[in-house]
Amino acid sequence: MNSNVWILTFADAISIATTLILATIGAILTERSGVINLGVEGILLMGAVTAFLVGDGTHNLWFALFMSILVGVAMAAVHAILTITLRANQIVAGLALVIFGTGLSQYVGKPVEGKSRPVTIQPMHLGKLSDIPIVGPILFGHDIFTYLTWVGALVCSLYLNRTRPGLVLRATGDAPATVDAQGVSVAMVRFVHTILGGALMGLAGGWFMLARGTAWSQAATTNGIGWIALSLVVFAAWRPLRAIAGAVLFGFTLQVPYTLQGQQINILPPEIVQMLPFVATLFVLVALSTPRARKLLGAPKMLGQPFVRDER
Amino acid sequence: MGSHRLGGATLFALSARQVTKRFPGVLANDHVDFDLLPGEVHTLLGENGAGKSTLASVLCGLYKPDEGAVLRNGTQVRLTSPRHGLQNGIAMVHQHFRLVDRFSVAENVVLGHRSLPFRLRASDLEDQVAQVAERFGLPLDPRATVGDLSAGQRQRVEIVKALYQGAEILLLDEPTALLAPPEVEKLFETVRAMTQVGKSVVFVSHKLGEVVDISDRVTVMRDGRVTGSVARGEADTRKLAELMVGRDIDLSPRRSQVPARETLLQLDKVGLTKDGIERIANVSLSVRAGEIVGIAGVSGNGQRELAEIVAGLQAPTSGEILISGARVNGMGTRHVRKAGLAYVPEDRLGTGLAPSLSIVDNLVLTRDRGFLVDRKSALAEAEAFIQQLEIKTPHAHTATRKLSGGNSQKVLLAREIFAAGEDSRVLVVCSPTRGLDVGAVEAVHKLLDEARSAGKAVLLISEDLDEVLTLADKVLVLYRGSVVHEVAGTEVDVEAVGLAMAGLS
Repeated sequence: MNSNVWILTFADAISIATTLILATIGAILTERSGVINLGVEGILLMGAVTAFLVGDGTHNLWFALFMSILVGVAMAAVHAILTITLRANQIVAGLALVIFGTGLSQYVGKPVEGKSRPVTIQPMHLGKLSDIPIVGPILFGHDIFTYLTWVGALVCSLYLNRTRPGLVLRATGDAPATVDAQGVSVAMVRFVHTILGGALMGLAGGWFMLARGTAWSQAATTNGIGWIALSLVVFAAWRPLRAIAGAVLFGFTLQVPYTLQGQQINILPPEIVQMLPFVATLFVLVALSTPRARKLLGAPKMLGQPFVRDER
Repeated sequence: MGSHRLGGATLFALSARQVTKRFPGVLANDHVDFDLLPGEVHTLLGENGAGKSTLASVLCGLYKPDEGAVLRNGTQVRLTSPRHGLQNGIAMVHQHFRLVDRFSVAENVVLGHRSLPFRLRASDLEDQVAQVAERFGLPLDPRATVGDLSAGQRQRVEIVKALYQGAEILLLDEPTALLAPPEVEKLFETVRAMTQVGKSVVFVSHKLGEVVDISDRVTVMRDGRVTGSVARGEADTRKLAELMVGRDIDLSPRRSQVPARETLLQLDKVGLTKDGIERIANVSLSVRAGEIVGIAGVSGNGQRELAEIVAGLQAPTSGEILISGARVNGMGTRHVRKAGLAYVPEDRLGTGLAPSLSIVDNLVLTRDRGFLVDRKSALAEAEAFIQQLEIKTPHAHTATRKLSGGNSQKVLLAREIFAAGEDSRVLVVCSPTRGLDVGAVEAVHKLLDEARSAGKAVLLISEDLDEVLTLADKVLVLYRGSVVHEVAGTEVDVEAVGLAMAGLS
């Protein structure tokens, strides 16, 4: 087997990681405020189909991605209203969002099912950097969003740990009553970050469609990446920078089976591979189920708990 | 600014004028007056439910008074939130700390401070926090994680937080409740350091012994009213105990009409050690058929643990529990109930009753019957109880959570006293009248009296001293998990009991 195949595998892993990082950071911001949004997969699908349809209609890449973000915002806003304002069960609301996103994307995407993508996010050529053997194609042959995402993870990490609103955000996930006693609106902090998270998830879906998906296919486009992002949040212990490492690792494991298949090496049947994201998510939900495990993993203490001010 | 003397009167840093605060069914504060001088340590003393925490919450802006006014430096202020209180220099440290465990001390202190810069530098914050802590003699490492700190250290974090945010008046709600004696001494040093720079401190406490040492003045509350205010020097513990417990209570006691018979419940040197702390120490007592033994004491001195041990919810770490002579400790609730114990927990809705089930369903809930439930006879039984005990409900199928506190307590007592049957002869009752109005209190007392007359052995654990004195044939005082006082119901000296409750006997 030649080494080029593996260089491509690594490059693909880093490329796929872009979507994973965006969605994971979105979920981290949401969860740090104490809201768990299991609807990531649904938002990714809606973001993807929106990017495809808008791209198909306007042939404007930027406008297509912008609309993906807006759709992400809208869906996260629904989740926020359900869980923060109406105090619905966050798990149930999140799952409803997945079913909703799956169904709606299938419906609106029907006319273009199987059609190849209308606009493409082109990789950048970074001059001499891209020409370095091995490292060049792996690290320096990606599109602008990949690099922006890395910067985004860094900014998000600084925001969480080095700024006043970041401090309030972390406190809101851990001790909303404390934040409330300081005169800060818990609902507002949660709304803002749930919606911000949704924007990133929408972008993740749009980018994936226009950078990596060759054609719109409801069944195959996102392929469980939203669920993987949710597992990644736990894997990254709710820290944005760790999400990069985790995303590359998951990206690699997602890509390897295809590489092996291409080389006529069949270790795992593709059905098993397709199942893995869901197994990982199950594992995460089980891991999060006991208070002890949550503490050990560093989960926000009040994750999934609606906040009600304690009054007599 | 904005402070002026009113007609040459002393300028108070903070005052309450005729403050009244009602909660559903409770008059928590009834036209209360309170004054705090600059640089003063002023204690609000009273039993649980006397209204002192409510008053403190009104003063810090957490509750809005229904009537009356709060004055800051002689000028009326309408506090809308604790933050607004803080803007007026008033801060409250709650009994349950409001801290983020995972944050550092410095992060906790600065959290929510409005004038923080957008970008935070950890080292700057730590320096600032260390400075405030040092100024008031509070040893604290600003880099430490709050989750790793002891209760006393956490309290210091709360105090530093208040001071950092510019508090001039600090309200401390039961500040010594969680502290070990050396930590209490340190807290007092801090309080002195604060008063020396003109800040005032309000202590909310039910511990007589401690407050006398530190306070410049003690104001005593009972049943939502101020019963007296005593300055340093005049405040001796006997006088305070009298004001706190109240002499003029109408006892009209109910005593056993039948001579007590054989011992049904016996505790022999029962102890419980949990997380290295001795919760119950060497408690021995016995309850005979046809008598009520009352356990008095200030909340948190082991009452809950004692009740749970007897009810089989917790296993004691030492000692023996005997029901009708048979050893039952550590055997679990089901076994204990079979041995003849009925239990009315403090948490009547939730632990005692299933809130969303109907009265009928709750009545049959604990019974050992066959697989099928005979709903017809259960309904007849429930309707008999509703009539007999005057339970106010639309019908027998009403969910118990829709009943008032008094009516749901009647349902629970009906089940535990009457429906439990003849074999159930020991009754453990915890704070049965908490939160109930006077009429319901009387009804509950009548039921307990009937249970006694029916030959049951009743163990009454209550933080309401009047209740214990009214009903019990024997009174025991629980303090820090030990029985420190024991007296026959007919020979009770209220003062002595009050002192024992405060740990002064």
